Amino acid sequence: MPLRLERQENVSGLRLALAPLLALVFTLIVGAIMFVVLGHDPIRAFGIYFVGPLLDPYTLQELVVKAGPLLMIGTGLAFCYRANRWNIGAEGQYVAGAVVGSWLALVTHGTDAGPWVLPAMLVMGALGGALWGLIPAFLRVRFGSSEILTSLMLVYVAQLGLDYLVRGPWKDPDGFNFPQSVTFDANAVMPLLMDEGRLHGGIILALVAVVVATFVLGRTLVGYSIEIGGSAPRAAAFAGFDERRVTYGVFAVSGALAGLAGIIEVAGPIGNLQPSISPGYGFTAIIAAMLGRLHPVGIVVASLVLALTYIGGEAAQISMRLPFDVTRVFQGTLLIAILAADVMVRYRVRRVEGTSHA
Amino acid sequence: MAENVPANALPASLLEAVGLTKRFGALLANDHVSLAIRAGETHALLGENGAGKSTLVKMMCGLLQPDSGELLYDGAPIVFPDPATSRARGVGVVFQHFALFDALTVVENVALGLAGHEPLATLAARIEDCVHRYGLSVEPYRRVGELSVGERQRVEIVRCLLGNPRVLILDEPTSVLTPDESESLFRTVDLLTGEGRAVLFISHKLDEVRRLCHRATVLRGGKFIAEVDPKTETASSLARLMVGAEVPRTPRSVTHALGEPRLLVNKLNVAGDGSRGSALHDIHLEIRAGEIVGIAGVAGNGQTTLFEALSGEKPVVDQEAIIIDKVAAGGLGPTERRALKAGFVPEERLGHAAAPDMRLSDNVLLTTHGDGEIVRLGIIRRSALLARFQEIVKRFDVRFGGKDPKARRLSGGNLQKFVIGREVLREPVLIVVDQPTWGVDAAAAAFIRTTLRQKAAEGCAVLVISQDLDELLEFTDRIAVMSEGRLTAPVPVAETSREAIGLAMGGAQAAGEGTHAA
Ligand SMILES: Nc1ncnc2c1ncn2[C@@H]1O[C@H](COP(=O)(O)OP(=O)(O)OP(=O)(O)O)[C@@H](O)[C@H]1O
Ligand SMILES: [Mg+2]
Repeated sequence: MPLRLERQENVSGLRLALAPLLALVFTLIVGAIMFVVLGHDPIRAFGIYFVGPLLDPYTLQELVVKAGPLLMIGTGLAFCYRANRWNIGAEGQYVAGAVVGSWLALVTHGTDAGPWVLPAMLVMGALGGALWGLIPAFLRVRFGSSEILTSLMLVYVAQLGLDYLVRGPWKDPDGFNFPQSVTFDANAVMPLLMDEGRLHGGIILALVAVVVATFVLGRTLVGYSIEIGGSAPRAAAFAGFDERRVTYGVFAVSGALAGLAGIIEVAGPIGNLQPSISPGYGFTAIIAAMLGRLHPVGIVVASLVLALTYIGGEAAQISMRLPFDVTRVFQGTLLIAILAADVMVRYRVRRVEGTSHA
Repeated sequence: MAENVPANALPASLLEAVGLTKRFGALLANDHVSLAIRAGETHALLGENGAGKSTLVKMMCGLLQPDSGELLYDGAPIVFPDPATSRARGVGVVFQHFALFDALTVVENVALGLAGHEPLATLAARIEDCVHRYGLSVEPYRRVGELSVGERQRVEIVRCLLGNPRVLILDEPTSVLTPDESESLFRTVDLLTGEGRAVLFISHKLDEVRRLCHRATVLRGGKFIAEVDPKTETASSLARLMVGAEVPRTPRSVTHALGEPRLLVNKLNVAGDGSRGSALHDIHLEIRAGEIVGIAGVAGNGQTTLFEALSGEKPVVDQEAIIIDKVAAGGLGPTERRALKAGFVPEERLGHAAAPDMRLSDNVLLTTHGDGEIVRLGIIRRSALLARFQEIVKRFDVRFGGKDPKARRLSGGNLQKFVIGREVLREPVLIVVDQPTWGVDAAAAAFIRTTLRQKAAEGCAVLVISQDLDELLEFTDRIAVMSEGRLTAPVPVAETSREAIGLAMGGAQAAGEGTHAA
């Protein structure tokens, strides 16, 4: 007897809101099984992973530092996903923004150019990310190619480009042949917010982005045109919204925010350009966007949860000698669980009698 | 009572609903409704918009599960977990809102609905055959996405008939068919009942019901009101049962002077994609302030393309081909045309005129965002939006459960009232409406026609595209006929007749079939 998924007519808002929680619970169960299989006490592991970081002021700060790029990128992705445009390449746009913004830091290096350098770097980073994001948008509008594939493939192009730059023309001549650029001057790094720790101004920009995005998506005609373009394209055309403009718009916004996150990270906690400037923020932000129900405020919460898996992963690496891949497993499980929970609340499983059909 | 039918009386009931109840939140859509569809009979289901007809049908085929009550099939209790099961057991349903895949061709859609694996080519031949057998022409290899509503309706009916059902349920099949097509459908229905099958027929056209049906069940507000013999009732007595009050007729044209030309269509040509009705040839049309012009014709002869060319969704090369209120509008998009105070209502309300998964209030924005009142400086003024929403709901008597449901949740007729009201309240000087009363009950249809008449009297120009010839004859001033992408010159209603227009439409159709066979 074959099984079939059937769309349910009435899905209450409550059930939709519960879906992410369900996904979290499921992820924890899978995590517990994984720890047992790896030969660890799951209670202790969870303590180190998810409770420990919350008890220490330093790691709390780190949590926010890690959540910053996630929520900035995730907020941008919400624009794309609401419009039914699947930008999977935020990681590439992040790298592109980091590279373009860093260029300014490198050419002004040692010139004592003045306080305009950092703001200009941020603008250039956003532009760089936006341009990188516009490539899949253009390919989709012009040739109808799938933005899922093109945006993803451009991630590798960007990463290899970065690799080339820091091993070649932008390599620090006094860097003992390490693949990295010179350390940025003081006027090219993000200001710190506290005397101790790494908390920097990026989080403020991220929160501004959240507030602006909440307003734009919820209260303006632009947000409306994005939403309707995603849910009913024919009605959107009838309303007079140009599908192509929406496509370019959402890719530009999400690319810009990813690029901004990239340059902030480089000019902030990292301090110079090097091959590994991201622990997969651009991909993890996809999970943040989905877990946050494509709502900026939800994405803030989701980003904190995901940041916790990063921090916990680092702690577990140190005190339990667990590989960092465990964190990846957590994040991956979470994404699958969210998608599955979504299907479970919106659809029901049915047994079908007789022959197969639509 | 279903188990042992008294020897003297009624024919055996094939499918029977006993005390079905369905609740959507606070709204009781069906309240202990019972109904028996009997072998050899055509049974009518009547009721106002939102009375609960479609809900009852959905429960009878397993698309919805009743909260209480049961179904009897051949006298024995049965539960249909889903429509596929009921279809396999011989219950065929043509739903009010179609369930076709836009991206697939007609024959592929039909194949998906049928059990077994039949080669597409033989299936296509069977579909072509339907022109002769059922009088419903369907082109098997067209993509459904390109078809107009009337054509999709034909596809749905043909698909259902090919499944060879014992019980056939038709939810408002005739509202987008021409009189000729409806006639053929009725002959088919008679044929089926003659073979001892049973038919449940939903329609707002009471004359049809009186001619075709042996028995009629009337619903009002989700409750069973009466079972009557429609042949012994009059259309107005049926309407009284449905509404609980008298139904007004559209007043014959309010006399008024004609004003400026509001819409000029001048040598409008649109290149097609090769399928019938996708191209427009040399269209000329003038509509002046104060008049209503109707366009009659079999669906799929270019009406959809014409509508999209007028609304600005389909690009028109020649600027001067469309002139709205003295402004050359050929190159303008929908928003710019609305800024010229033009209003458009497409035939397909779910997905085209309204976004199904958006709240009804948000659907107000769809056509009003450029008017400067609800959206200012790009910011949505929620209070103005809600005020307009309430006004539409109140003035056009849009009924629904809950405060602000998704558009998808409204009954067909109520959504239609909403999209018409949305346009009328924008105070346009030109309204183009495709199928203004599709699926609307008698009272609401009369209200919509009266409203359009009133707009005309206030100096608005109105263009109505409709397959319903009676409607056009009832309330338009001039009628043109569309066939094969060409438009005849409009003639005053007083100087033409049903027959003359039917001939213009039918002649073209016959010619079309000729080329088909060749
Ligand atoms: N899935 C749903 N969720 C909530 N309310 C619903 C749903 N489906 C229908 N309704 C409500 O139930 C009522 C009856 O709807 P139904 O579609 O059965 O009416 P109908 O008699 O077919 O009307 P029409 O002639 O306009 O097609 C309406 O008020 C409608 O808004
Ligand atoms: Mg209905």
